[in-house]
Amino acid sequence: MAFDFDRLVVDDVSRHFGRRRALHRVSLACDAGTILGLLGPNGAGKSTLLAILSTLLAPTSGRVRYGEHDARSAGPMLRGRLGLLGHDLYLYPELTARENLEFFARLYGLARPRDRADGALAEAGLADRADEAVSGFSRGMRQRLALERALLHGPRLLLLDEPFTGLDDASGHALVRRLRGLRDAGAIVIAATHDLDLAEGLLDEVVILREGRLLTVPRASGPLRERYRETIRTAAPPAASREGRA
Amino acid sequence: MRQFLRVAWVVMRKDLTVEMRSREIVYTTVFFAASCVLVFAFALVREGRPLEDASAGILWISIAFAGTLALGRTFERERHTETLRALMLAPSDRPAIYVGKLLGVLVLMAIVEAVLVPMIGLLFHAPIFARPHWLAALLAAGTLGFASVGTLFAAMLVRARSRDVLLPVLLYPITIPVIIAGVRGTAAIFQATPDEPMARFWAALLVFFDVVFVTLSLWTFEPLMTE
Amino acid sequence: MSRVFAPLVLLAMLLFAAAPLVVAGAPFEQTMGLVQKIFYYHVPSAMLMFVSAFVCGIASAVFLFRRPAAADRVAVAAGELVVLFGVIVLVTGPLWARKAWGVWWEWDARLTSSLLLWMIFLAYLLVRRFGGPGSEKLAGAMALFGMANVPFVYVSVNYWRTLHPKTSVVMSLAPGMRAAFWFCVAAFAILYVLLLTLRKRLEDRQAMVEQLYLATEE
Repeated sequence: MAFDFDRLVVDDVSRHFGRRRALHRVSLACDAGTILGLLGPNGAGKSTLLAILSTLLAPTSGRVRYGEHDARSAGPMLRGRLGLLGHDLYLYPELTARENLEFFARLYGLARPRDRADGALAEAGLADRADEAVSGFSRGMRQRLALERALLHGPRLLLLDEPFTGLDDASGHALVRRLRGLRDAGAIVIAATHDLDLAEGLLDEVVILREGRLLTVPRASGPLRERYRETIRTAAPPAASREGRA
Repeated sequence: MRQFLRVAWVVMRKDLTVEMRSREIVYTTVFFAASCVLVFAFALVREGRPLEDASAGILWISIAFAGTLALGRTFERERHTETLRALMLAPSDRPAIYVGKLLGVLVLMAIVEAVLVPMIGLLFHAPIFARPHWLAALLAAGTLGFASVGTLFAAMLVRARSRDVLLPVLLYPITIPVIIAGVRGTAAIFQATPDEPMARFWAALLVFFDVVFVTLSLWTFEPLMTE
Repeated sequence: MSRVFAPLVLLAMLLFAAAPLVVAGAPFEQTMGLVQKIFYYHVPSAMLMFVSAFVCGIASAVFLFRRPAAADRVAVAAGELVVLFGVIVLVTGPLWARKAWGVWWEWDARLTSSLLLWMIFLAYLLVRRFGGPGSEKLAGAMALFGMANVPFVYVSVNYWRTLHPKTSVVMSLAPGMRAAFWFCVAAFAILYVLLLTLRKRLEDRQAMVEQLYLATEE
């Protein structure tokens, strides 16, 4: 029986590493067919949140619900519905592009791994370089390959950490089109990104993280960049107020 | 169950494929093991005659040292590309990944031992063909014991600090019974008249060790690898 | 525990104050004379070292599989006590050995096994100290494997060499010695419980401080 869900709920999730609080009581909800943008300055906790959503990290408090289940009750099959494209691309440089894709297809227990790999290579525009070792690829090519690897098993929830890094203009737009297609097919896409221009037309919803906390974003119209800057600027800086009190 | 074995097999095949591309770990580990033997030979051989039981000891020490090196290098590779995380994301039982990695390490160590044993036989006139099945049994059970604990520890240390030095620090004390059993069993075989009951005793102990520690490793792999 | 703590401290102090007298009053052993009396400190320390190893191993297993933070605090306290009592064993052992067998160290089964166990738990402490974040779980695995290893270490080292007085030494004690022996066991056992409690309490306080740090950021 395949596991699936159509709503993702993050419920009061916190995570700390020793004394450093990475996430503080973050709550949000997403339905199928949404692209959520995760924005924020460096070190805000975006990668941590993505890691928690992908079940690689457990929250120190709060829960993440995938449909009716949480990570523990859903079991290993939940991971079959998640796709993660991280900072590090999770590719084996010694293997060829085709071998990388076939390995992950087999690991995920997909039928006809060879065909799936071929399809993915075509999507990534790497069919002619399929049998070259990944170590010889440029950053942009690896990014495209890594994205296809994350999408091989048709995940319901796609988590992307800085997906536009290293992509040239054409590839960036191709990625935007791809993500739109996935959204229309019912996936939940959560992308952490700094590229506000490309994200402009892509994101359905936006949340901004700063120092582990979720900031509210004005629903007003206007370029994303403006709204982002405005939100960051008007949010009360927590550090200053603490010093004032002492 | 079938999925478990399939995942383990896929992981092992990938590891061996990656290794065969560069053969870096194989070459360096075999060479290192051979140098170990030479170093010990110069230290322990006097007037052209090795100390009694030296050959058994040298064999197993070289296996332990080379094994630690191979384990460290294998997981360093995974760490470098963070691919261990990708493996953990797969919708399979996570212990299957452990088994896959373990099998890869065992193949690697088998290659090293295939070079070491003839070397020992040649340099120390050790009677490696006296009771070859006992020797093979001791090597198999001992290597499995060493590798099972080593694979677990190397995997769990991937994200730790000081991992290069912590692996031997953790691994050697735990695997001392393996070394003792391996050396004494092999020494029993290498005696002028091979002592089979002795070898059987030590081989049985090794098998027992393997059962306990492979089981423990399978149980603890998932809790250790998740944060 | 906090209510019986102070009375236990008092009791332990009394026991240890009386211990030298009790030990001195015990009959002399024929062959070894005065030096044999080290046994009254050596054996209880060894017993508690093994007990502590099991406490640490079990607490670590609970921590690994069930995650309550308190289990980890018990584990670290027990782990340190293995090393502490191990030092006592490994110092008093050779002192006895020198007089009894003429050498400081003989590779005999019990002492070697104790040395190995001591080193395993020393490694446990090293991992906690130098392993970086998340090292509590790694150390927990080490403690669990160390505890599981105890029978293997014992058997393998035993069949390798043996010179130690046989296990039956406790049963074959003369009645006068038996009383002194169990007196010392009781004293050490109480000391162990006190040290474990104190150390765990220290860890509890430390965890509380960490919580407060996090709470101030609210």
